[in-house]
Amino acid sequence: MTKKFINPIEATEIVKSSIKKRRAKDSRLRLYGRIAIGMATCFLFFMFFSIFTKGYPGFFQYYVTLDIKFDRERIDPKEDLSDTSLYEGEASKTVNESLFSIINPQGRKAKKEARKIVSSGKDIRIAKLVKNDPSLFGTVTKVKFALDDDIDSFLRGYINRDTPESERRISDNVIAYVDKLSEENRISYEFSDYILQGSASGNPEMAGIKGAFFGSILTLSVCLLIAFPLGIATAVYLEEIAKKNKITEIIEVNINNLAAVPSVVFGIMGLAIFISIFGMPRSIPLVGGMVLALMTLPTIIISSRAAIRAVPPSVRDAAYGIGASKLQVIFHHVIPLAMPGMLTGTIIGMAQALGETAPLLMIGMVAFIVDIPNSVVDPGTVLPVQIFMWADFAERMFIQKTSAAIIVLLGFLIAMNALAVYLRKKLERRW
Amino acid sequence: MKKTLIMAGIISGLIISSAAQARDTLSLAGSSTVLPFARIIAEQLGKNPNFKTPVVESGGSSVGKKGVCDGVGTKFIDIGNASSRMKTKELAYCEKNGVKLTEIKVGYDGIVVANSKKGAPLNISKAHLGMALTAKIPACYEGSGRSYNCNDWIDNPFKKWSDIDASLPDIEIRVYGPPTTSGTRASYAEMVNQKGYCGKEKIAKAASAARGDKKGKKCRAMRTDGVFIEAGEQDNLIVQKLNEDTSSYGIFGFSYLDQNTDTLQGAVISKTAPTFENIAGNNYSVSRALYYYVKHQHIGVVPGMNEYMAEWTKHWGDDGALSDAGMIPMPASERAKYKSAMSSLPVLTAADLK
Repeated sequence: MTKKFINPIEATEIVKSSIKKRRAKDSRLRLYGRIAIGMATCFLFFMFFSIFTKGYPGFFQYYVTLDIKFDRERIDPKEDLSDTSLYEGEASKTVNESLFSIINPQGRKAKKEARKIVSSGKDIRIAKLVKNDPSLFGTVTKVKFALDDDIDSFLRGYINRDTPESERRISDNVIAYVDKLSEENRISYEFSDYILQGSASGNPEMAGIKGAFFGSILTLSVCLLIAFPLGIATAVYLEEIAKKNKITEIIEVNINNLAAVPSVVFGIMGLAIFISIFGMPRSIPLVGGMVLALMTLPTIIISSRAAIRAVPPSVRDAAYGIGASKLQVIFHHVIPLAMPGMLTGTIIGMAQALGETAPLLMIGMVAFIVDIPNSVVDPGTVLPVQIFMWADFAERMFIQKTSAAIIVLLGFLIAMNALAVYLRKKLERRW
Repeated sequence: MKKTLIMAGIISGLIISSAAQARDTLSLAGSSTVLPFARIIAEQLGKNPNFKTPVVESGGSSVGKKGVCDGVGTKFIDIGNASSRMKTKELAYCEKNGVKLTEIKVGYDGIVVANSKKGAPLNISKAHLGMALTAKIPACYEGSGRSYNCNDWIDNPFKKWSDIDASLPDIEIRVYGPPTTSGTRASYAEMVNQKGYCGKEKIAKAASAARGDKKGKKCRAMRTDGVFIEAGEQDNLIVQKLNEDTSSYGIFGFSYLDQNTDTLQGAVISKTAPTFENIAGNNYSVSRALYYYVKHQHIGVVPGMNEYMAEWTKHWGDDGALSDAGMIPMPASERAKYKSAMSSLPVLTAADLK
């Protein structure tokens, strides 16, 4: 084959003529990149915009201020401020009497309707108040109570006054009462003290995320305590100590496979092993954390191994060269240098675990749990489960609460990612 | 190093052994239809300082019935919720595991077919409703454009409601509903497709008998050609879809219609509108009973079983908290019957279920 030689002048001509085309290609590539980034940013923006606009009202709710007569004999019949005594007291009745003195309902039916105006958590609120401050007894004090969810929805404008009475959730009577209350400036729209401090509840006006939030923290702690040391030990062993042979190869392949297993499978395994064989109770964060640890282990192992591999061999060689033992090389040089990568992997794994509901379904953590878990063996649930459950409840007010809970979950995630970035920046070492 | 390892071992051992100890929280699971009512009761019980708030899991009726029958011991649930009655087969599984149950009926729930108020209201007989959504129907209806052998079952050919009956709206049939795992779906298919259509409508009844399916059980299958759309267990999702797509209908529990009366209208089925009064008065035919099943062996072992049951009796009345949340109360006579069952605890036997 003969090669055709081009003379330099001709070559310059060819290049010159194609230069415009090449530049156009360059700028087109830049444009495509910008479009891609622009679209991704748009999606992100719309997602945040819709979540925040919908969820923002979820942090607020309507309250009514009533003058409560704190009569010790009625509220605390045993006069010892114990739970039993307060439970047996007539706190709800006291609140209703105060309400009735304003709106003055006539007849049994009207009274029954009026009783529902103030949230059914009123007795708990009174109990809490007197426990914190027993000097309230004997006084008449203004207390704020949450309004029932139907009335909250009405005040937000979700229930229209003009629809016929038979077709709306609240009657003409109740609307008249609410009007009367707002005339007296007793109704206020305020930052909800239930959303962050309340626990799961069937009454949307009292529902909050505290229980789920603590459940998430407990579950993630268990998950971290198990997955982090195990993951790092595995990664160090596979990278630094194990001989490369068939067995380690099989283990490697299987760890990679495990990373792709759908999360619900880990839940089934948790049910079969932890609950059926070990006899642990259902719905506890301990089991949840163990299941999630199994799920995040592969992520941690894979990223830790990558981090260890990125430590330059010269560091190891130098350490060996001055007589360090294997343990010294690993603990004094390799792990500290690989730590930023390991931590990033761990935090990403934890963030994944934070958002999981599927594996928890099988072990009973997808449940309505009111009591706030104090330890890893108390029944508890997690934030995404709470969101999932609220999204399915029929009451209107749960729509806003759901979005509010999503904002909290997102905040949690962003905080975790920020921590990952911070740790990486802080511990990162260049060579 | 060694010491810390030993300490860690001891601590984790302690945690695990304490976890395996007796449970002091009542554990329930089952029907997502019963869940909203069970959580109200659970919360009320939790207000009592002597008891922890019971844990209520969802999962569907089958999970409740199977879960309670899995065995005796605190690692199993104590009470199973169900929106369909236990079957003899399910009870046999219980007996195999040595579980003794008492059945408590708590109330009723209506299943409604609803659409947006902006759409055409539906006034339909149960047979026609079944005809619209049953997967296979006999091949000899006029509206289907064919008149072949009636004993020949073909894929449901109806495209528009008006194809079934001229009085129905002239729009395409499009219905959102729950998936196969749902008790609502099972009850709907049984009450409408099986009993309302294949058990009643002349042609389908004859054709069912001819294919050796006298009870019409084969009719329970819903259409899979895109006319009936499974929308997941989330009834709220269906409600949202109906508001966006005003020409479609949805199948869900009455409580969701009750919460959205300003935007949705319920279809009148066999001349009865789905109202609270009609369902409570047993006039509305697409309704089912709600149950829970109590495990005898756990009474006295897990604290709060009796109190949990008693709590229901305080709220299941005509204007109690449960009816407020959309449950249809039982008549007073039935309430009395199940209230006494809570203390006498009759063991559920296969004979009771027939």
